[in-house]
Amino acid sequence: MGVNCGLCCTKINNISVTLGQKEILKDVNIHIHCGHLEVIIGKNGAGKSTLLRAILGEVKHTGEIIFTNKEKNGAPIRIGYVPQRINVENSPMTVYDMIASFTSNKPVFLYKNKKTYEDIKKHLKDFGAEELIDSKVNRLSGGELQRVLLAMATIPYPDLLILDEPISGIDKNGKEQFYKNINDLKNNHDLAIILVSHDFEFVKKYADDVIMLDGKVVENGKPEEVFASKAFKETFGGEA
Amino acid sequence: MLEYEFMRNAFYAIAIVTPLFGLVGTMIVNNKMAFFSDALGHSALTGIAIGAILGVTNPTISMVVFAIIFALLLNKIKDIKSSSRDTIISVFSSTAIAIGLVILSQNGNFTKFSNYLIGDILSIVPQEIYLILGIAVAVFAFWILFFNKLLAISVNPTLAKSKKIPVKLIENIFIVIIAVIVMLAIRWVGILIINSLLILPAASSRNISKNMRQYHFWAIVFSLVSGMLGLIISFYQKTATGPTIVIVASIIFFITYFLRKKSED
Repeated sequence: MGVNCGLCCTKINNISVTLGQKEILKDVNIHIHCGHLEVIIGKNGAGKSTLLRAILGEVKHTGEIIFTNKEKNGAPIRIGYVPQRINVENSPMTVYDMIASFTSNKPVFLYKNKKTYEDIKKHLKDFGAEELIDSKVNRLSGGELQRVLLAMATIPYPDLLILDEPISGIDKNGKEQFYKNINDLKNNHDLAIILVSHDFEFVKKYADDVIMLDGKVVENGKPEEVFASKAFKETFGGEA
Repeated sequence: MLEYEFMRNAFYAIAIVTPLFGLVGTMIVNNKMAFFSDALGHSALTGIAIGAILGVTNPTISMVVFAIIFALLLNKIKDIKSSSRDTIISVFSSTAIAIGLVILSQNGNFTKFSNYLIGDILSIVPQEIYLILGIAVAVFAFWILFFNKLLAISVNPTLAKSKKIPVKLIENIFIVIIAVIVMLAIRWVGILIINSLLILPAASSRNISKNMRQYHFWAIVFSLVSGMLGLIISFYQKTATGPTIVIVASIIFFITYFLRKKSED
């Protein structure tokens, strides 16, 4: 977590968010190296989702986000995002329809573009989800949806991948699979990943760094350091 | 029946308007905007009333202008992340209809406007058909260019934004489209039931469709069939056309609903 960025990193500098009179976030600094998984934890209302939305540019904030990649020479940062939930209730939308709507201009209501279809299928294969391409999104299980959303967030592969508590309602095997996918992405594609999660067992195993948030950064370090901290124990008890 | 000019005009108008409503309805239903489009329909009366006060000779113009402002305002409210959103839309909707009724009923003149409530499809003139045809072409072009983005926004606006989709702009264009087509068709179909014409074909199609292509195909087919059958039945039974169309559309909805139930069993 040094100030020196090295070859490739994302610096989130002094992010503050005030909504109305209320200060939600104050001076949050995070530096994430490419190929690192940074997990954000914190109790409800600690500002985790607000921080993610600030990084995504959805809420007004002060501070700056600087992306450095010596290989890409000043190219703007590409951010991938996996939301907490999506609106698919009863919608006659297949996995192809959904992914193509985000990644292609070929109108999905009119026809199925063969090349787009094959490209999506190929990408889904990396996540073990190719057979889901013609399934309706609202019929997918929690784990299947998770894989599809992860696949979607990585077309094209981003520099920074943001995941907002994306694995509620999934059994332990599903979670293990999910963290393995994340780990592969991190290692094989050198992504910087920010994940909001409270699965401390997996966080311990897979996270490179953990940030504990409560309006500001209260703890920051290796998982075992943060889990051993006083602030952590006061907030979560002995959960980890 | 097509030997009468007014029937021919009604026939052409329905052949253009119903597919258009079927198309746009798919995303109104997907985005859970039924409440919104209903409120929008109610705002027509205020639009007419304001036009009457300002002395605008063609009430359609004041209706469309007011509806666009009203719709953009409602869309701002949509961002309120509280459970009272439906209540607020409902307050807006009732206020709009009440203001319209108060102004238009002044001096006991309301009967002049009662046509707007149930609509009069046989009053259509060719200029109106050309206008709606032009708008239908424009909406279809918008759909081809921007439907994917509209769908992406309906899945998750934050996600859409992260893919650099101009969420607010596209939402506002969509909303203006709804405002314009509802206002142009309202004198033919009627304020009381115009919303069902937007909602029912898409809702029926959802019952049986497995992907976006089927969803659009069946919504347009159901809408067109309801419109044509409704027009023919209303001609022979001498009933109001708009409500007759809606009855046909409702029957289609129930049939597809039971088909879905059956396929789920």
